[in-house]
Amino acid sequence: MARKVTNTRKAVVTVIAWGIGLLIFFPILWTILMSFHAEGDAIKNPLEMLMSPWSFASYAEVQTRSNYSLHFFNSVVISVGSTILALIIAIPAAWAMAFVPGRRTKDLLMWMLSTKMMPAVGVLIPMYLGFKNIGLLDTRTGLVAVMTLINLPIVVWMLYTYFKEIPGEILEAARMDGASLRSEILYVLTPMAVPGIASTMLLNVILAWNEAFWTLQLTTHDAAPLTQFIASYSSPEGLFYAKLSAASTMAIAPILILGWFSQKQLVRGLTFGAVK
Amino acid sequence: MATQHSRFAARLMVAPSVVLLFLWMIVPLVTTLYFSFINYNLLNPMQTGWAGFSNYFYFVTDQAFVQALWNTIAIVVGVLLITVVGGILLALLMDMPFWGQGIVRVFVIAPFFVMPTVSALVWKNMFMNPVNGMFAHIAKGLGLQPYDFLSQSPLLSIIVIVAWQWLPFATLILLTSLQSLDSEQQEAAEMDGASWLSRFIYLTVPHLTRAITVVILIQTIFLLSVFAEIFVTTNGGPGTASTTITYLVYVQSLLNYDVGGGSAGGIVAVILANIVAFFVMRMIGKNLDA
Repeated sequence: MARKVTNTRKAVVTVIAWGIGLLIFFPILWTILMSFHAEGDAIKNPLEMLMSPWSFASYAEVQTRSNYSLHFFNSVVISVGSTILALIIAIPAAWAMAFVPGRRTKDLLMWMLSTKMMPAVGVLIPMYLGFKNIGLLDTRTGLVAVMTLINLPIVVWMLYTYFKEIPGEILEAARMDGASLRSEILYVLTPMAVPGIASTMLLNVILAWNEAFWTLQLTTHDAAPLTQFIASYSSPEGLFYAKLSAASTMAIAPILILGWFSQKQLVRGLTFGAVK
Repeated sequence: MATQHSRFAARLMVAPSVVLLFLWMIVPLVTTLYFSFINYNLLNPMQTGWAGFSNYFYFVTDQAFVQALWNTIAIVVGVLLITVVGGILLALLMDMPFWGQGIVRVFVIAPFFVMPTVSALVWKNMFMNPVNGMFAHIAKGLGLQPYDFLSQSPLLSIIVIVAWQWLPFATLILLTSLQSLDSEQQEAAEMDGASWLSRFIYLTVPHLTRAITVVILIQTIFLLSVFAEIFVTTNGGPGTASTTITYLVYVQSLLNYDVGGGSAGGIVAVILANIVAFFVMRMIGKNLDA
């Protein structure tokens, strides 16, 4: 039974909430707006900039001046590739831990989580020198491998919490009805596991896309994803606001859209099931 | 119901993850530990051999270390303060009924999905730049002197940028927790004449405690290793004014080529993170069987 809310109160809350929401969103909004104006107009004062004519020149410029599509491709390969690889390794593990739990399962899960707590600088030097020695610096292969390992604990954990929710009785029921092991997996378990796997995948693509320690350390150009590409705008090119805005907008747009679908999974994945 | 056979199969299925994570954790960590006890400088290949604790001594007594330790703590505490207090207020606001809830929620959550290099550069150039930034334009409009945020108060500027990125995370988790609050309990308290404030203190806050703890612990883990934001805005400067432990290790090892010293710093960072991790693990472990 919801309490009755007066319309005046609702209107006041609406104004405040929209105000604060827009304020928080403003830096992103401003970047997008700026990307559609000419370079010369972008550095004028904010009102003049808004009044200036719209232009798509910055987008074209980013494409021609720097190899944007290469870095976009790298980002896709690294984030999607590492996520799929992690899923292949993690699905059997999470499956076994959820359906055939042993005495050690809990300790094992906690241990996996603890690897995530290790600060990256603790292993930066051996990784850097090792990659240099075997020629993996600035390669997509190297980055995919590192990202897979970084996100593996989260992937196992998320899948585990989803698989755990699949009721075991349904398997027994299927068996009673004479389902073979093959059809049991194919027609009973898979359909119930797919949503969990999809959410896990979504969150991990987002995390890998935005990862900005290893991508900055281990790549320079050839394998550089968008994080590194944007970092190269740090100076002095960063003073070209319209171009920086266009590059930034293109770098964040895909993940912003994916992110809107993943609010629930975000809480689950990043708190390891501690908040539901 | 698990048979001997299925137990064996289960072990086999878990093995790849365990082996990979074990190698990933142990091999580089042991190597770092080893490097931290030898003389290893890429600029000075003649100097080799056992170094004992001299790398640690050198790293810890470096003036930059004290500053970096302080900066790291300032970033962690500063960002936590802003995001937890701001997150509670925002979550309470988002939980109230109003028009366009879905859209506003999207606005509030958006900064979390912006990659760190983009948010750092956008803030640095479009907002904090003393000549053409938004804040400079506003200051000029009000007849004030524009302020050079990143060179005058670099640490505070970085705290603001990082807090902007993490505020959505805190809000989202606190909001999720708030939505599982028992509304009948609230109504009962209201009928018994409890004011809004006492309902907030005696019902809402205790309910949120757990979520707040989770936010603090998980953010601390990530905040201890803030890197990209410093890398693209101040480069740790001016001087070492915004250098953190993570950044100092990077400078020491990859810019100064002092592998031994950098490794000692890396081990110091691992020890610091472990102190925090100990509490995180206890917290999550307690929840696992519940």
